[in-house]
Formats: sequence, C-alpha cells, structure tokens
Amino acid sequence: MKKILALFVFAFLFWLAVTWTFDVASIVTGAVVCAALAAALVGVGLDEAPLLLLPHRLFWALAYVPVLFLYVVRANLDVAYRVLHPALPIRPGIVRARTSLKTPAGRVLLANSITLTPGTLSVDLTGDVLYIHCIHVPEDDPDGAMERSLARFETFIRRIFE
Amino acid sequence: MIDFSNPLHLLAYGVMAAGLAFDLVGCIGLVRLPDVYNRLQAGTKCVTLGTCLLLLGVLLRFGFGSMGWKALLCLWFIAMTSPTAAHAIARAAHRAGYALWKGSVGDRYAEDDEGRNIQPAAAADRPKEA
Repeated sequence: MKKILALFVFAFLFWLAVTWTFDVASIVTGAVVCAALAAALVGVGLDEAPLLLLPHRLFWALAYVPVLFLYVVRANLDVAYRVLHPALPIRPGIVRARTSLKTPAGRVLLANSITLTPGTLSVDLTGDVLYIHCIHVPEDDPDGAMERSLARFETFIRRIFE
Repeated sequence: MIDFSNPLHLLAYGVMAAGLAFDLVGCIGLVRLPDVYNRLQAGTKCVTLGTCLLLLGVLLRFGFGSMGWKALLCLWFIAMTSPTAAHAIARAAHRAGYALWKGSVGDRYAEDDEGRNIQPAAAADRPKEA
C-alpha cells in the first residue's frame, strides 16, 4: 500500500513537471492516470520507493546530487587530462571491491555512481562484490584503494536507503 | 539571441559551452583510447556530463517553466540510464570474450571467472514491507 502511494506521488509530480499546467481538468486527469499506473505497476516498482517519502531520507537523496556532481566534474577533468595528454597516461585494469551496502536499490545506486564518476566503470555486481574497470589503477593495493573511495558514496547511500 | 546584459543568460551559455567542451573530449577519447572498456569510459561519461551541462544550460536560460522542467527530467534520465547502459555493454563485452588492452595491469573479473569463483558475503536484503 505504501509502495502504491509512493509510486503515485512520484508519478504525479512527474505529470505536473511535464505538463506544467495547473487547471482542474489537467490535475484531475493526472491524478486518475497516476493512480491507475501506480496500482498497475506496483509489482515492478522499487521496493525502496516508500523510503523516499520520509523527509530525512529525501533530504539526503537531494543532498547527494550536488556531492555526486562535484565528484563527476572533478573526475571528468581527470579523464579529459588523460585523453588529451599526448602520451595517453593510462593504466587500465579491473579491480574487485566489496560494498557494505545491503539493499538492492542502494547497491544499484552505488554501481551507477561509480560508473558516472569517470575513470571507473562498474562491470559486474555479484552479491556484495563489485568488479570495477579503472582507467588508472593505483600502484599498490588497488582493491583496497577502490574500497576506500567507495566509502564516501556509501555514507550517503546508507542514509538514503538503509 | 544572447542578452549580454543578463548575467543568467551569460551563465547559461557558459554552462552550455562547457558541456560542448566535455562532449568534444569524450569524442576524442573514443578515438584515442585503446579498448572497448576504456572507450566506454570516455564515450559514455564525458558525454553524460557534457549533455547534462547542455540541459542545465537550457534550464538556466529558460527557468523553471515547461521547458526547464523537461530539461531537468531529461538530465535525470540521462544520468540514470547512461551508466546502466555502459555497465551492460562492459559486462556483455567481457562475457563475449573481448580482452582488455595489452597494457592493462590486472583483471580481477577474469581471475574470479566472471564472478563465479567468489563467495558473496551476504545476499541483498529485501526491505521489510512497511
């Protein structure tokens, strides 16, 4: 039931954002369609969706956006440097890292965050084990270094989904 | 139609220019980098940031109206789907036997027989139905 409510809220906000008209007919139509959609798609929606209705979790989800954006920009500059450097200073390889996150949505968000941060690309996720392709693998203890850099994402994701 | 007296317009076009620059670097990376995995890095991510910055520029230029919200939603969808697609391509390429570039320093994924030789500590928990 909570899941239907969560899906309805997100679908309705989406409707408002896309139509951007606020007369009664448009809002009623949107509410009816969104309610039907939420009821029909409750089986495929994220199990964690209701958690985002809680204010503190929503706050951390929104706070995560600028943090992730900063990492993405910083890492993009790094990749741009490597791509444009005449000698192409790359040291690619696939490393293994374990995540301490427990929920599926949390792990998926972590894997997507890793991929969005350039220089690292999630190749596979098996249980709590992530395989990550890095464009520049550190010299010593590559797996440990990756796990330490995952920690900064995990703190946020844990507050959102766990 | 750049209104040079409006700082928000200048910011918007500046953000768009930065987005185009990242898109360009992504394309150069696609040509210069050696194997499928490295090319995915440049091809999907510099381009993701570049395109997101373009859309952010649209949002700044037109404000939170019908167009601005759509730009914001497109930004969100690109940010969510592009890494997922890159992940799917990388995994499929590895399973189809595409080797890493010869200068690569290690491949844990191959060592672990593509995840079959590793024991996950814990399966994912399902959240309790509230």
